[in-house]
Amino acid sequence: MEQGKIEEKPLIELIDLCKIYVTGDEEVRANDGINLKIMNGEFVAIIGKSGSGKSTTMNIIGALDVPTSGKYILGGIDVSQMKDDELASIRNKMIGFIFQQYHLLPKLNILENVELPLLYAGKGKAARKEAAMAALDQVGIKHKWHNFPNQLSGGQQQRVSIARALAGNPSLILADEPTGALDSKTSKEVLAFLKKLHDGGTTVVLITHDHSVALQANRIVRLYDGKIIFDGPTDEYIEFESKLDNNLYG
Amino acid sequence: MNLFQGFRLAFKSIVSNKMRSILTMLGMIIGVGSVIIIVGLMQGVTNYIVDSFSDMGINMISVRVTNTGTRHVDEADMFEFVSNNPDVFDSVTPLVTSSFTIKNGTASIENETITGTAETYEKMNNLTLSTGRYINYADIKNRKAVCVVGTYVVSELFETNNVLGKTIKINGEPFTIVGIIEESEDSEEGSADDCVYAPYTKIARMSYTGTISNYSFATYGREYVEDGEKLLDDFLYEKLLDEDLIKISSMTSLLTTIDKMTSTLSAVLGGIAGISLLVAGIGIMNIMLVSVTERTQEIGIRKSLGARRKDILSQFIIEAGSISAFGGTIGILFGASLVIFIGNIVGVNAAPTVGSIILSFSISVGIGLIFGYMPAKKAAGLNPIDALRSE
Repeated sequence: MEQGKIEEKPLIELIDLCKIYVTGDEEVRANDGINLKIMNGEFVAIIGKSGSGKSTTMNIIGALDVPTSGKYILGGIDVSQMKDDELASIRNKMIGFIFQQYHLLPKLNILENVELPLLYAGKGKAARKEAAMAALDQVGIKHKWHNFPNQLSGGQQQRVSIARALAGNPSLILADEPTGALDSKTSKEVLAFLKKLHDGGTTVVLITHDHSVALQANRIVRLYDGKIIFDGPTDEYIEFESKLDNNLYG
Repeated sequence: MNLFQGFRLAFKSIVSNKMRSILTMLGMIIGVGSVIIIVGLMQGVTNYIVDSFSDMGINMISVRVTNTGTRHVDEADMFEFVSNNPDVFDSVTPLVTSSFTIKNGTASIENETITGTAETYEKMNNLTLSTGRYINYADIKNRKAVCVVGTYVVSELFETNNVLGKTIKINGEPFTIVGIIEESEDSEEGSADDCVYAPYTKIARMSYTGTISNYSFATYGREYVEDGEKLLDDFLYEKLLDEDLIKISSMTSLLTTIDKMTSTLSAVLGGIAGISLLVAGIGIMNIMLVSVTERTQEIGIRKSLGARRKDILSQFIIEAGSISAFGGTIGILFGASLVIFIGNIVGVNAAPTVGSIILSFSISVGIGLIFGYMPAKKAAGLNPIDALRSE
C-alpha cells in the first residue's frame, strides 16, 4: 500500500507555470500557464518548434532557471523560488543532463568528465572513481576512460555525457536534443539507450523538435506559443498530429 | 571541491596555455625579481659600508677634551677610568698628532703627520707589522725616540726596504725605526701606508703639548659604544663641569645614521619596484577576465552539473593565485641569482634577504588573489543558461 502511494506521487509538477522575458518594450511569454505532472519512471518527450517555449520549459525543469510565476515542484520540493546555489545543489543531486553538443570539458579526460557531478557533490576520490567507472561501464565505454573527448566519435562522446548524467544517480534524466548532432544510426543507439534507462526505472524527459525522436517516448507533451496543446500517450499523439492544421501549428 | 583539486585544475589551465601563462607571469617575475634585487643590493651596500667602518674602528669612541687652568683631565685619569669600567672598555690611548718634516740624509717629507700613541694603539687599530715591533710601554715611560713607519715613508726616505734599526730625523731629532707597518694600499701618499707612529709622551714634549686632549677608547664591540659614550660623558662632566669642553664621537653613531638612510632608501626603491607588482597584478586580472570570457561554456557546464558559486569562484581565484605564485617563485629564483651576479660585478657581497623573499612572495600571491577575485566573481555570477549557450 505504502509503496503504491509513493509511486503515485509525481516527480515533476508544474503548476500555472509562466516565464516572461522582457526585451526592451516587448514582453515575451515563453511559458504561459503550463500545468504538467510527470510521474516517477515515465519517459516523456516535450516537443515543439523553436519559439514554442520548450527550451524555457526544459531550463525550468532542469533547475537552470526559475519561473516568473507559478510553481515547480521536483520530487516534492518547491524549487520555483530557489536561489542560485540551492538550484545548483538540486541540479547536482536530482538531475542528469544530456546536451545536444555533449558539453564535455575538452581538457579533462573521460573519467574526469564523468566524475564532475560527483566532485561537486563532495564525494571522495575513491568513491568518485568507482561511481564514474560504473557509469562508463553502463554506457559501454569504460575502456576509453583515460581518453580525451576529442579522441572520441560523436556517438561515443554522447555516451560519455550520458554516463556523466547517470554518475550522480539522479531522479531525472533530462535530454536536450540528444541526437541533434548525431547521424541516424548513432541517434538510434542513443535513443535505444534512453529507452533502456527508462526500462530500468529511470525517469527520462526528452526535449526535441524532431517528431521521429519524440515518438520513442511513451508520452508526448506538445508545446505551442508557451502553452501545452497536447499531452497524452504517444499513439494518441500520432492521431492528434494527423489532424493538426499544419498552417496553424507549423 | 577541495584545494588540491583547485590546484590541479589551475595547473592544467596554466600548462594548456603555456605562452599566455608565461607572458602573464613575466610581470610577476620582473616585479618580484626587481624587489629582491634592489633590497638585496641595498643590503649588500649597507653591509659593505658597515664593514668598511668596522675596519676604521666601529667599537671606538673618540674623546676630545679642552683642559682649563682649574679643571683638567689627563691620561692617568683616562687609564684609571678604563680600568674602573672593565665590562665596557677594553683600552684607551692618548693621541698626540703633530706635523713635522722627516728626513733621512737628503731625502725628506715635509709636514708629515706624526701620531703619538700609547702601546695599546696597535691592538686597538688592528695594525699589522711586517717587521719589528710596535711602541711599547718602556718607550712611552722613557720618552724614547723610536718610531714605527708605514711603507710610503720607507719608500720615500730609503732606497731599501730593510730599514729596521735605521735612524730618521723628525724635526731634526733622530728616531730609531723599530717597526714597519705592512703595506695595505700600494704605498700611496695619504694612504694608510703614509704614517709615522711614536710614543705619545715624546711627541707631546716635541710639540709642547701640556695636557693631552685627544683620546681614543676601544669598547668590546659596537653594542657597547652607546653605554661607553654615556659613561665617558658622565665621567668627564664630573671632572670638567662643562659640556662645551667635552666632545665625544664614534663611528657607531655615524653608522646608525647611515643605516637609517640606507634602509629608508631601500624601502623607497623597493616600493618603486613594488609598483611593478601592482602592474603585474593588473596583467593577471586582465588575462583572467579573458579566460573567464573564453571559458564561459565551461563555466555553464560546471554549473549545470551542480557547481555552486563558491566552487567557480575558488577555481578561478586559485588559478589566478597559482599563476602569480608560480611567477613569484620564478621571480625569486631570477632575482636571487641576479642579485648575487650583480653583487659580484659591483664588488659588493649582495645576497637576497629572507625578508624580501617572504615579503615579495606573499605580495605576489596576495595580488593574484586580490586581482583574481574580480574575474572569478564575474565567472561565478554567470547565468548557467547563457553560459551553456555561448560558443
